[in-house]
Amino acid sequence: MSDDHHDHKPTGLGRWLFSTNHKDIGTMYLWFSFIMLFIGGGMAMIIRAELYQPGMQLVDPDFFNQMTTLHGLIMVFGVIMPAFVGFANWLVPMMIGAPDMALPRMNNMSFWILPFAFGTLLSTLFMEGSAPNFGWTFYAPLSTTYGPASTDYFIFGVHLMGISSIMGSINVIVTILNMRAPGMTLMKMPIFVWTWLITAFLLIAVMPVLAGVVTMMLTDRNFGTSFFEAAGGGDPVMFQHVFWFFGHPEVYIMILPSFGIISQIIPTFARKKLFGYSSMVYATASIAILSFIVWAHHMYTVGMPLAGELFFMLATMLIAVPTGVKVFNWTATMWKGSLTFETPMLFSVAFIILFTIGGFSGLMMSITPVDFQYHDTYFIVAHFHYVLVTGALFAIFAGAYYWLPKWTGNMYDETLGKVHFWISLVSVNVLFFPMHFLGLAGMPRRIPDYALQFTDFNQMASIGAFVFGGIQLLFLYIVIKCIRGGEKATDQVWEGAEGLEFEQLPSPAPFHSFTQAPEVK
Amino acid sequence: MFVSTELFAAAQMDLTPGVTAISQEVYELHTLILWICVIIGAGVFGVIFISIFKHRKSKGAVAANFHDNMTVEVLWTVIPFLILIGMAIPAAKTLIKMESPADDAEVTIKITGYQWKWNYDYMHEGFNYFSNLAQSSKDAVNSDNPKDREGINYLLDVDNRMVIPANKKVRFLMTSNDVIHSWWVPDFAVKKDAIPGYINEAWTIVPKEGVYRGQCAELCGKDHGFMPIVVEVKSEADYAAWVAEKKGVAAAAAAGDSKTWTMDELMAKGKDIYNASCAACHMAEGQGIPAAGFPALKASAIATGPVAAHLDIVINGSKVNPAMAAYGAQMSDADLAAVITYERNAWGNNTGDAVQPADVKAARK
Amino acid sequence: MTDQNQQKNENSKVVKKLLLATVFMFGFGYALVPLYNIFCDITGLNGKTSDQAAVVKAADIDNNRWVTVEFIGNLNDNMPWKFRPAISKMKVRPGEPSRINYVAKNVSSSSITGNAVPSVSPGQAAKYFTKTECFCFTQQELKSGEEKEMPVVFIVDKNLPKRINTVTLSYTFFNSPVAKKEKSSVSMAKK
Repeated sequence: MSDDHHDHKPTGLGRWLFSTNHKDIGTMYLWFSFIMLFIGGGMAMIIRAELYQPGMQLVDPDFFNQMTTLHGLIMVFGVIMPAFVGFANWLVPMMIGAPDMALPRMNNMSFWILPFAFGTLLSTLFMEGSAPNFGWTFYAPLSTTYGPASTDYFIFGVHLMGISSIMGSINVIVTILNMRAPGMTLMKMPIFVWTWLITAFLLIAVMPVLAGVVTMMLTDRNFGTSFFEAAGGGDPVMFQHVFWFFGHPEVYIMILPSFGIISQIIPTFARKKLFGYSSMVYATASIAILSFIVWAHHMYTVGMPLAGELFFMLATMLIAVPTGVKVFNWTATMWKGSLTFETPMLFSVAFIILFTIGGFSGLMMSITPVDFQYHDTYFIVAHFHYVLVTGALFAIFAGAYYWLPKWTGNMYDETLGKVHFWISLVSVNVLFFPMHFLGLAGMPRRIPDYALQFTDFNQMASIGAFVFGGIQLLFLYIVIKCIRGGEKATDQVWEGAEGLEFEQLPSPAPFHSFTQAPEVK
Repeated sequence: MFVSTELFAAAQMDLTPGVTAISQEVYELHTLILWICVIIGAGVFGVIFISIFKHRKSKGAVAANFHDNMTVEVLWTVIPFLILIGMAIPAAKTLIKMESPADDAEVTIKITGYQWKWNYDYMHEGFNYFSNLAQSSKDAVNSDNPKDREGINYLLDVDNRMVIPANKKVRFLMTSNDVIHSWWVPDFAVKKDAIPGYINEAWTIVPKEGVYRGQCAELCGKDHGFMPIVVEVKSEADYAAWVAEKKGVAAAAAAGDSKTWTMDELMAKGKDIYNASCAACHMAEGQGIPAAGFPALKASAIATGPVAAHLDIVINGSKVNPAMAAYGAQMSDADLAAVITYERNAWGNNTGDAVQPADVKAARK
Repeated sequence: MTDQNQQKNENSKVVKKLLLATVFMFGFGYALVPLYNIFCDITGLNGKTSDQAAVVKAADIDNNRWVTVEFIGNLNDNMPWKFRPAISKMKVRPGEPSRINYVAKNVSSSSITGNAVPSVSPGQAAKYFTKTECFCFTQQELKSGEEKEMPVVFIVDKNLPKRINTVTLSYTFFNSPVAKKEKSSVSMAKK
C-alpha cells in the first residue's frame, strides 16, 4: 500500500521559519549543527595553533581560556546534541510509520530557540571584558564570584538550550509512545528509535537540573544568594555534585543515539540482522540507569571520603559491562555476514574500534587511585575526544551518508566519501592519540603553554588537527553535491537495508509520508 | 615489569613510576589495567578484522542467519564482570592505603592556592612564603627565540621551592585563597584540590632526595598554566638547616619593617616584587591590559597621584574590581613599601616618592 | 475526526506527565541543595562541622589516648585582616573540653565584618568534633585597627575511630558584604 504523494511543499523563507514538518525541521537541525561544527572547529584550530609550540605566539592566556570554554560548549550543545535531534526528527516518524512528530508546532519552536541561544552565547565574544573563560564545566567560584560580566549571558543561553532540549525530548517520547503504526510493538521498533526513547527520558531527567544549577549561579552572582559561596554558607563542592549529576547522564545523552545509528547501519552492510536485539535494548537501558549513580568519578580529587570514592569507582566500572555487551553484539552481527564497505559502513566499523579505545581509557580513569594521576590532564582530553569525535561524530557522519540518499533521492559521491573517511580516520588519530601520552607524561589540561618535553606530541596533534579540520570542508562539498544531484537512489537504497523508511517509502521520501499508517509485519 | 615500559618512559609516553612507594603502586595498577585493556582490545579488534577479511561479500561470503545466542550473551556479560572484580580488588587496596589518615606526620605544610601562585606555610615552624613561576620562565613566554626557553625548566621552575625532608611522612593541608586550584606532583602521585573555605589533606613519604616538579591541575583563571610546583627533598640534616635559615629570614623580614630604606634599595626590591606579584595583570612595563579590566599603572592617576590612595588600593584591594586583591594581608610593610615605591617611579612615572615601611604601617590602621 | 481527537487526547496525557516530570526534576535540582547538606551532616563527610553550639553533658574522658589537634587560620581574597591561631597544635584527651584562641586583627582602614567557615580534616573526623563555643557561630565585626581574641571551646568525641589521631581544624574568614541582611533568608544553603 503506498501512501499519498503529498509532495507539494510551502515555499520561500516561510517554509523554514514556520515549518511544522519533521523533515524540514530535521534538515534545519542538521544544517545548524554543521555550521556550529565549523565555528567550534575553528576555535579548536586556534587552540591547536597556539599549542603548536611552546611559548605564547598567537593569543593571550585569557583568550585561550575563552576558546577552550566556547569550543566545549558549542561542540556539546551546538553540534552533537542538535545533530542527533536532527536525525530523530527525520527518522523517528518514518521508522515507526507516523506522519510527523506528535507536536509539530512545538517542534518548530524547539529548533528556532537554538539560533537565539547560540547567538547569545557567541555574542559574548564581542562584549566588553571576556567571554566565558572558565571551561565548559564552569565550576564555582571561578564562574560565579570571579566570572566575567558575560557570564550572565552564558547562563541565559544555557537556559534557552535547555528549554529546546526538553521540548524536543517531550516530542520524541510522545511520538514514540503514542504514534507507532499498528503492529509495531515496542520490541519491534528499530533500535535507533529505542536509543532515542531512552535518551529523551535522560534529557527530561537532567536538563532541568542543569537549569537549576545555572539559575543558582545567576542568583549567586546577581541576587545575593550563596549556593556556592563559602562566605555566605554555601559550598563550591556542591556545585560540582549538582553539575555532574547533570553532566554524567549528559555524556550518555551524547552517545546513546550513536549506538542506535551504528546498530542500524551494521546489519545493513553485513546483510544480517542485528545480533541480540533485546540485549541491545536492555544494555542501553542499563547504561542509562547506571549513568545516574556515577557522577562523582569526575570529582575524585575534591577531597571525597574513602567510602564515596569506592562506591563511585565500582559503579563506574560496572558501566563497562553493558557497553561491552553492545560492542560484542555489533561484532557478532558482522561475524559470518556478507560484508561490503560503503562509506557508512567504513565510519561505523571505525566507530566500533575507536569508541572502544575511548571506552578503555574511561575504564582506566574509573580506577580512583590511578585517576589521581590522570585527572585534569590530557589523558582525560584524549578519552573524551575519542568517545565524542571518533564516537559520536563518526556516527553522525555514518548516519548522514547512510540516509542522505533516502532524504535527497540522490546517491552521494562514493569515491569522495571514501576520501573523506580515510583522511578523517588517519588525521583524527594523529590528532588525539598522542594526547594519551601527553597526559601520562604529566601535561595538565586547559593550559595555553607547556614545558618543552611536551613539544613533539603537541606538534603532532596540531598537524592532525589542521588536516582533520580541513577535510571536513570536503564533507560539506559532498553533502551539497548530493543535495543538488547525483546518481538516482533506489527506494531501498542499500541492498541489505530494512525498516519502514527503506521498505515502504520512495527516495526521496515525500514531504508528507505515512499520512495513512503502513502495514507492519 | 615489562621491558617495553622502560622504552615508553624514555620517550615520555608512559606514566611515571614516581619516587614513592605509593606512586610505584599506582604505576603498577595503571600498567595492569592498561595491559588488560590492550589484551581485550586486541582480541575484539582481531575478531573484527578477521571478519572484515573473511566475511566480505566480494570474497563470496554468504550471510549466516543467526541473530541470537543466550549462552554467548551470558558469557560475555559474566566474564567481563569477573575481570572487573579482578581489577577492583587491587585498586581498592591501593586507594585505602592512600587515604589512610596521616597521623604520624613529622612535617605539616599548609598549601594555599592563589591566583596565580602557591603559598607554603610550615605551620609548626612559624614561617610561610610564596612560590611563584620563576622569572626566567616569565621572561621567556613571549619570546620569539625558542632558545630562551631552553635549559631553564621552562614553566616548571619557581622562585621559592617547597622543601621537605627525605624518608619522613609529610602531611599536606590544601586550601585556596580565591578559586579552586589543585596541587599535583606526579612523582609523588599526590593530587588534591585546593578549595576556598575547605581543608583537604594528603601525605607522602619520599625516600629519594631530589627535585620534583608538578603543576596546578584545576583551571583557575588566566595563568592556570603558569603556577608550577617544585619540591626539593633534602636529607634530614639539610632540611633542618634550611628550616633554621628560613626562620632567620622571617626574623629579618620583621626587622626590615622597622628600618629606613634607601631609594635604590626600595626600587630594587620593589621591581622583584612587582614582577612576581603584579606583572601578571599590570604587565612588565606597567601597561596593563585595559580591555581585560587590568588598568595601566604607567602614567596612571593612582601611581602618580596622592600616595594615600595608592597605599589604600594596594593594601585593601579595589572596592570596585575584585580582581585587585588586598595585598595588605599577603605582604610585609617592607615589601609593600618597596613595590609601591617602584610603581611610583618606574616607566617614567618619576614621582620621586620613597614610601617607607613605617608609612605602610601607619596606612594600615 | 474522532481519530485525530483521540490521538490528541492521548498525546496530551503523555505531555502533561512529561511536563510534570520536568518541573519535578527542576525542583529536585534545588532539593539537592538541602539534601546534600543533610547528607553531609548525617555522615559528617565533607569536613563540615555544626554551626550550632553543642550541648554536652559531662561525659567521661578517655584517659588512654591522646589526639593531636592542629589549628589553621586562613583569610580569603579581599579580607584585609591578620588571622592566626595562638598555637598551631595541642594534644587533647577525647571527651575533655579544650580551649583555643584565635587572634584576628583588621589591618585595613575601614570596618569589616567577617564570616568564619570551618573545615575539618580528615573529613570523617568532622562528626566527632563538637564545639560548645565558637566565633564561627556568629559574624564578627572588627573596626579598623581592632584586634580581638576569638575563642573556640571544643571536644573531640571519644568515639573518634582509633585510626585517626590527628585532626586539623581550619577556619577561613570571608568578607561578608551581606552582613546587614538577614543571611538565612537569602541563602538557601544551610550553613
